[in-house]
Amino acid sequence: MGGPKISGGAVAEKDQRQRDDGFLRRVWRSVFRRPIVPSTDRERRWVVFNTLLLHFRPTQLPEKTLRFTHTFGLGGMSLVLILLLFATGILMMFVYEPSPDAAYDSITSLQNDVLFGRLVRNIHHWSANLLVGIVLLHLLRVFLTGGYHGPRQFNWVVGLSLMLFVLVANFTGYLLPWDQLSYWAITISTAMLAYVPWIGEWLQELARGGTEITSTTLIGFYTIHTTVVPAALIVFMALHFWRVRKAKGVVIPRRSGEVVEDKPATVLFLPHLLMREVAVACVLIATIMVVSVFFNAPLGAEANPGMSPNPAKAPWYFLGFQELLLHFHPVIAVVLIPLAAALFFALLPYFRYRDIEGVWMMSAVGRKSGMAAVVFGLVVTPILIVADKLRSASADLSSGLSGILPLAVVAALFAAFVFVLHRWLAAPRDEIVQALVILLLVALAVLTITGVWFRGEGMALMFPWEIGG
Amino acid sequence: MTAQSTNRDSTTRRSFLGKLWLWLGGLAILEGVWIATAILRPRKQVTTGDHDAIVVAGPVERFEAGSVTAFPNGKFYLTRIEDGGFLALSRRCTHLGCTVPWVSEEGRFVCPCHASSFDIRGEVLSPPAPRALDLHPVRIENGVVKIDTGTTLARNGFEPSQVTRP
Repeated sequence: MGGPKISGGAVAEKDQRQRDDGFLRRVWRSVFRRPIVPSTDRERRWVVFNTLLLHFRPTQLPEKTLRFTHTFGLGGMSLVLILLLFATGILMMFVYEPSPDAAYDSITSLQNDVLFGRLVRNIHHWSANLLVGIVLLHLLRVFLTGGYHGPRQFNWVVGLSLMLFVLVANFTGYLLPWDQLSYWAITISTAMLAYVPWIGEWLQELARGGTEITSTTLIGFYTIHTTVVPAALIVFMALHFWRVRKAKGVVIPRRSGEVVEDKPATVLFLPHLLMREVAVACVLIATIMVVSVFFNAPLGAEANPGMSPNPAKAPWYFLGFQELLLHFHPVIAVVLIPLAAALFFALLPYFRYRDIEGVWMMSAVGRKSGMAAVVFGLVVTPILIVADKLRSASADLSSGLSGILPLAVVAALFAAFVFVLHRWLAAPRDEIVQALVILLLVALAVLTITGVWFRGEGMALMFPWEIGG
Repeated sequence: MTAQSTNRDSTTRRSFLGKLWLWLGGLAILEGVWIATAILRPRKQVTTGDHDAIVVAGPVERFEAGSVTAFPNGKFYLTRIEDGGFLALSRRCTHLGCTVPWVSEEGRFVCPCHASSFDIRGEVLSPPAPRALDLHPVRIENGVVKIDTGTTLARNGFEPSQVTRP
């Protein structure tokens, strides 16, 4: 399409030259119709435009968006990790057997008998866990730079769907080793489903493929993990990248008060952005390799349905919710809070805002209220967790006042926080919403950290050095 | 009037066919969903003969009053309470489904996952478990205790009518 026009005589000359070429050269030409290393800007545009994978990317982009500290390359890192996961996942599929009798043995045989088998599993494990964190940070970056306004509104929702798929992938993959960790983590997580009103039992049976965790569950999880989720990821990633291109690249950074430039100075995607992305990818892959050489993915004893380990914990990215279960009525912890949070995030782009895209933290007031949210979350969440311990140990979470009280306290604190921002900092609605998102994420982080490092035997609250003694 | 009705007729015919295609498309999607749910729906596990589900525990005399006997294959505990009655308690915690061990020193079931505990009758001693341990029906035939593990009875708390007495 972007190719130069060629006159009739030149065509004949070119045809003649191609007929004279050797066989290999003609095959090469049929695959790569232009020099693969472009030397002029025009050729570079042509390459980006006419290569299947590159054409998802813009041919040129605003120069200001190149700065690393604007995006931190988090979206690109997610893609690199997903590709690493595909590659190592496919390799492991050649060895893994999805049946309760054989699964655990196939994992130990992968680790002990297959050359590099343990390394491949380690890369898969660390990439998967890092991906959850990177995807969350990516979400935070897009949010804090206001990258969900205007043409990017719907891409925010696409991104949230991608995050959901990543969580489903992690969760379904957790069961596959069929060790004590995975068996009981999945038991607990799927048992949470039973607390959904009316359809809970049905949901749980659907997730498990029966009333208990059996070979049906394992086959179901394996199929979702190895086909459904990867397919969904590929389709939605393509949509996600394509819409970034259609929005003319990522949001352009500016200071609050600076006007949006009408015609920002641009640079070519190739080489300016692509080379930066390749550099980030190389550093990330090197890091993952080093971590995978020195740290092994955990593998417990083989699953034993007769003996729950103590404590039995969900995967770390669900420990925040498991922590909620210790404080709230189950319906509130499993249904109300997660659904409300998911709805809030999905609807974020559709509230009415001033147009403030491209500004990190919006303004001085935005920075101040964001900081207030971080401090408030870091201080109040642990206090609440400890205070809840002082509640009568026999408090019955599933009924009456003690089921509602924690929610009332949390809701009151939220309201108080919003009131303070509104009154003292005179924060406009945009900045209040921003502070609330930060507060929610900080609270989730504190809950998760509590669940991972501060819950010991019987899920009792204790310090990390007291656990496992 | 006439013009109006013909006009409406012609648009109706065209839009009818258009709608028909939409409906057919919707039907095809429904069929696809039906097929998918049919495949995903949990298949009934061995409950047909009932023979596998019945566990013969043994003669009544073998179980002392106040004793708890684990049946790992049946995934339940047979408890004989102080007055000599029998209860078959599912070993699955009603909170999040962990397997509950009997701690004989403390004389109660303690869940390792979230520290719920239950007494010998399966009643909740400490939360977060929301209700008492599930029951399997117990029968005593010719002095032999039999438990039907194919049936699970959920309950909120203990009632004397749940006990089977010899």
